[in-house]
Amino acid sequence: MQLPEAEDLLAVLTARIRQGISSDTAVVGIHTGGVWLAERLHRDLQLALPLGALDVSFYRDDFGQIGLHPQIRPSDIPFKVEGSHIILVDDVLYTGRTIRAAINELFDYGRPASIRLAALIDRGGRELPIAAQYIGATLEVPPAKMLALEKKADGKLDLSLYDKHQGNE
Amino acid sequence: MSNNPQLNKNGQLQHLLTTEGLPASILLNILDTAEPFVGVTERDVKKVPLLRGKSIFNLFFEPSTRTRTTFEIAAKRLSADVINLNIAVSSQSKGETLLDTVNNLSAMHADMFVVRHAQSGAAHLIAQHVRPEIHVINAGDGRHAHPTQALLDMFTIRRRKRDFHNLRVAIVGDILHSRVARSQIHALTTLGVPEVRVIAPKTLLPTKVERLGVHVYHDMAKGLKDVDVLMMLRLQNERMLSARLPSTEEYFKYYGLTPEKLALAKPDAIVLHPGPMNRGVEIDSVVADGKQSVILPQVTFGIAVRMAVMSILAGS
Amino acid sequence: MNIAVRNGRVIDPKNSFDRVTDIYIRSGKIASLGAVPPGFEARREINAQGLIVCPGLVDLSARLREPGLEYKATLESEMGAAVAGGVTSLACPPDTDPVLDEPGLVEMLKYRARGRNQTRVYPIGALTRGLRGEWLTEMAELHSAGCVAFGQSDRPLPNNRVLMQAMQYASTFGFCLWLRPQDVNLADGGVAHDGEVATRLGLAAIPVCAETVALSHIILMAKETGARVHLCRISSAEGVAMTRAARKQGLPITCDVAANHVHLSEMDIGFFDSNCHLVPPLRSLGDRDALRAGLLDGTIDAICSDHAPVDEDAKLLPFAEAEAGATGLELLLPLTLKWAAETKLPLVAALSRITGEPARILGVEAGHLTPGGDADLCIFDPDHYWMIEASTLKSQGKNTPFLGWELQGKVKYTLINGNVVYAD
Repeated sequence: MQLPEAEDLLAVLTARIRQGISSDTAVVGIHTGGVWLAERLHRDLQLALPLGALDVSFYRDDFGQIGLHPQIRPSDIPFKVEGSHIILVDDVLYTGRTIRAAINELFDYGRPASIRLAALIDRGGRELPIAAQYIGATLEVPPAKMLALEKKADGKLDLSLYDKHQGNE
Repeated sequence: MSNNPQLNKNGQLQHLLTTEGLPASILLNILDTAEPFVGVTERDVKKVPLLRGKSIFNLFFEPSTRTRTTFEIAAKRLSADVINLNIAVSSQSKGETLLDTVNNLSAMHADMFVVRHAQSGAAHLIAQHVRPEIHVINAGDGRHAHPTQALLDMFTIRRRKRDFHNLRVAIVGDILHSRVARSQIHALTTLGVPEVRVIAPKTLLPTKVERLGVHVYHDMAKGLKDVDVLMMLRLQNERMLSARLPSTEEYFKYYGLTPEKLALAKPDAIVLHPGPMNRGVEIDSVVADGKQSVILPQVTFGIAVRMAVMSILAGS
Repeated sequence: MNIAVRNGRVIDPKNSFDRVTDIYIRSGKIASLGAVPPGFEARREINAQGLIVCPGLVDLSARLREPGLEYKATLESEMGAAVAGGVTSLACPPDTDPVLDEPGLVEMLKYRARGRNQTRVYPIGALTRGLRGEWLTEMAELHSAGCVAFGQSDRPLPNNRVLMQAMQYASTFGFCLWLRPQDVNLADGGVAHDGEVATRLGLAAIPVCAETVALSHIILMAKETGARVHLCRISSAEGVAMTRAARKQGLPITCDVAANHVHLSEMDIGFFDSNCHLVPPLRSLGDRDALRAGLLDGTIDAICSDHAPVDEDAKLLPFAEAEAGATGLELLLPLTLKWAAETKLPLVAALSRITGEPARILGVEAGHLTPGGDADLCIFDPDHYWMIEASTLKSQGKNTPFLGWELQGKVKYTLINGNVVYAD
């Protein structure tokens, strides 16, 4: 199937978010694709508060089935979560379980005033009542396929499709 | 008995009993997994929900407040339920065997046993006889092994020194009676440390220790030359009683770590100690509290490493 | 009953005999080999085609656990194991509860054993009261009650003064001392050989010098007193060398090795297998090879089982706390055959180590098939492979390092006094 250009979608997403931010908005990306996006947003939107990054491995709901993820990156929230307005950023919004885990993790850092969700692609298929406020594009993806964001050597972002039960990111 | 009792048939870690016989990839995986847990221990909310609903039983047949406490903290930070059992020797003399105790506890839906015992091989014995779903962590068995201590030492070394492949490491003290030393030696050699030295008088060295892959020194000055990492061991009073050493004074003079002896090592050498320290016996206070000492960070890292071990086991 | 054992390969090491022939048994004795005795009519015929017929095995050390240790095993179960293993004579060590240091206890044991028309039991009497190493026992009285020698079993040797005096007293009567050479202070609570494995596993260790130092004391004092000494369960290369040197000097010293030590080493401990917790400990491969060489050149006269049944609970403990010992009556034959096969030793030589030689050391008429002698026979299938497991062992002790191994050689019939006491 034909995939849209990630850079184009990012431009759309950035424009949509620009209207909703203020001087105290914080951006937190979810590893790994969400962090790449959040880095670009943080730069392009010139946000004052430092960028946050979350690894949700310790908050996932599938630990009992698949165990620990092989590569866990440290989470880093260098601003005060208590009372903050956060935009959570992920690359692909699908079942909503990753976002649920990210919200739980954020709350362990403090009580935010608000959390909004920005996703490059919404592929539907929600299993939890989660919705994104900012979306790059909606895309229907066959259930057996997974969508992933990649960062090329020159720093540009790219979307790719792979089979669900192959080797993972 | 040729299968590795620590690995399941998929090659995943099923029990952590000893650092011996584990491939470098498994040891490194534990160290890598411990990194984000350090971050967790530095947050305000030091808990993650990873092991919620799991029951971890601390079976301490040999008393130890500090080790038991670090395991308890690690388990609680993973949101697990912790049950502490200090099984005094007297309850065993009431006729309940080691395995009876373990079987009774298994029936209480334990997910993990953390075992400390005065006899070498106790953790292996327990691991052989528990139900397949239960994981066993060896918190120290006799003189044989103390894998989590060695792993937190490796983590500490990696934090400060980055690459194992360039290091000269010296372990000083009572190697003969030390489960920590044995586990450290296996971990260091597996991780590719090119030179591991043991420094001790002959009465404190086990037979054929060089077969473990170490260089033996009796002269501390020679042994510490150009060393990057010093791992000090605790000296116990029993050694004088069993006629292995004449006095702590003489031991300190020839094998204790003083600033002068530390100066023989590399200027950026780091000093580790598993604790608790006997100040003035194996280590001088100036060194223990000095800037080359990483003894305090070892404690913090110990919690993160134990969280990593429990998470990896519970997820396998 | 008149019995004819037909077409077996009869191997009698003492008489240098190795031939397929028939054996005729009458009135509990061997009537003849080969030729039918005049007027002989067989009431029973045993077809021994394809089987080996040798003298009933003589085992220099088998614990029957009575009196006192009946929760580990009983006389009945262990005598059953003995005949299943082809053992028709055995010596039992004095470390029962109470210790065999009183004539009454010895008589009781002999009575209980004799009453079953089973394996002949030759008690080794305690050398010191309670095996405590302080007071001498009434050796002459114990000898009259049936003790064939005196020893300390696995308990510590007495101090040198007491040991030397015990030697002098025993040699007054011509008695033999059976001594396991181990210095209690050098052994110091060790549970494994002082080598690479004990170092890795963190086990308290017994150095070789615990054996050699004790050996040197024993040998020097034996020389001085003229006492006859049998060295029990030699375990090290150095120990074999010292024994060889002592025998070259013409000293009246004999020596045995346990069957497990002929095959196993410290490496077999693996991940703390408590079935390998043995006394003396399993030593290095080099020591094991020296034991095998010692058996070949006759420095070591005999192989024994060192049978020690241990209840399961006592083995399901961390290595050092597990009770030492292995069940062995039923493995003496297959382990001896395994050694013979591996060293390409003719059976007539190998079997001597478990028939004629131990009988000579015991000083009893056994271990040979001479006409006129007692009809104690072991008839076995040398090609029968069998799995060593709890269900195939008759002993109450299932504790052997060979659990799960398949060994070659199984007893088909055991005869004592011309009676078939065991048939597979």
